[in-house]
Amino acid sequence: MGFNQILIIIFGILGLAIIFIYNRLIIYRNRVDNAWSQIDVQLKRRYDLIPNLVETVQAYARHERETFAQITEARTRAIAAASVKEQEKAENDLTRNLHRLIAVAENYPDLKANKNFLMLQEELAGTESKIAFARQFYNDSVMAYNTRLQMFPNNLLAGIFGFKNRDYLEIEGLEREPQRVSFDN
Amino acid sequence: MYQAIARNRRNSWLLMFLFILLFVAVGFIFGEYTGSGYFGLLIAFLIALLLCFGSYYYSDSIVLKATGARPAKKEEYPHLVHSIEGLAIGSGLPTPGLYIIDDPTPNAFATGRNPEKGVVAVTTGLIEKLNRVEIEGVLAHEMAHIKNYDTRLATLAAVMVGAIVLLSEWMRRSFFFRSMRRSSSSNRRGAGPEAVIMVLGILMAILAPIFAQLLRLAISRKREFLADADGAMITRYPEGLASALEKISSEPQKLKNASQATAPLFIVNPFSAKGANNLFSTHPPIQERVSALRKM
Repeated sequence: MGFNQILIIIFGILGLAIIFIYNRLIIYRNRVDNAWSQIDVQLKRRYDLIPNLVETVQAYARHERETFAQITEARTRAIAAASVKEQEKAENDLTRNLHRLIAVAENYPDLKANKNFLMLQEELAGTESKIAFARQFYNDSVMAYNTRLQMFPNNLLAGIFGFKNRDYLEIEGLEREPQRVSFDN
Repeated sequence: MYQAIARNRRNSWLLMFLFILLFVAVGFIFGEYTGSGYFGLLIAFLIALLLCFGSYYYSDSIVLKATGARPAKKEEYPHLVHSIEGLAIGSGLPTPGLYIIDDPTPNAFATGRNPEKGVVAVTTGLIEKLNRVEIEGVLAHEMAHIKNYDTRLATLAAVMVGAIVLLSEWMRRSFFFRSMRRSSSSNRRGAGPEAVIMVLGILMAILAPIFAQLLRLAISRKREFLADADGAMITRYPEGLASALEKISSEPQKLKNASQATAPLFIVNPFSAKGANNLFSTHPPIQERVSALRKM
């Protein structure tokens, strides 16, 4: 076997290794994208709930105008958010405002007994718990992807092919257990 | 985890193979005794094949029927539906079907031959007696069973053992019936068919408990620990499942619609709430599971 042949074999193996690593990274990156779209679905559901919720509360608590305005504004900003970090900030803001709205509702016994409000509240609690689950799944996928990316020799190829670390998403106030609107017995 | 999935798939096929083998053996004996040759063997093989396919594709609906489960409506149990949808997102599994069993005893089980066909059933007692975090822990445990393909093996085994128990019962009865009739009319026309039925009856009577035991071993106790751990991985809150297990196991009442065949499917053995945790029990002791969860 000549020198050239050995060279060909070495390059062949190297090429296959690169293809393998590249494809793996693609798989992991797609998982992250998929996990993100799961979050997106749930966030959209929350955006859709907000107008109904505001309208229902408004019927009972007319003079809480400022709270409603803030919520609507926070919602608009959250919808417009482009990057993960921007989204994180906007969603945190929205969550705080939403929970303030629910707290406001506590002061109106008639509203608290309203069937529509109760349904919306349950829907909101359910959606928020789903956001929390989706976030967990997303962060797990990000960790798996980032770990792959940082490992040797993947890190050498990642730069060449333009793979970048993804950001984790932290939305506060959605820790599922204590934050729940309580429907327990 | 992937190992557990591979093992469950392999054991499912093994179970079906053994099931067919058993039927063929019975058919062979039948053919030999009656002199019908390979006809009995062929019939037995066809029946076994049919039962195998039947239980592979319909075992989940059979088990749901047998336990009296009905589909849960979202209007009726909104938080339950929300919980399971959330858990599905958290685990990356398709959302399983949700079923309700009308029974005051808290318990739950999962079935389905693959994650796409996954079903989780809970009793009304579970919904009433457990709080939300605990229910979520239980649902996550069941979804871990689905993810690991425990449900395929366990449900398949439940239906096959059910079929064998039924068959052996039928054989035993027809044997006694025949011998009774024979002695009353004292009509002796050669010992042929009676002897065959007798041999088969004895064979089945011996095999049925062995098969039941096999089922218990197939649904090994390790699975429960694994599903507990995987379930806690989904909720990130082991304490929920731990306190749920304590509540379920402290229930003195038995589940109405559970049978020996379906018992291993449930999260906590529906027959023995306390004690009776010997080497052959289908579920590991609750205290062990709870302390394992609390150590996480």
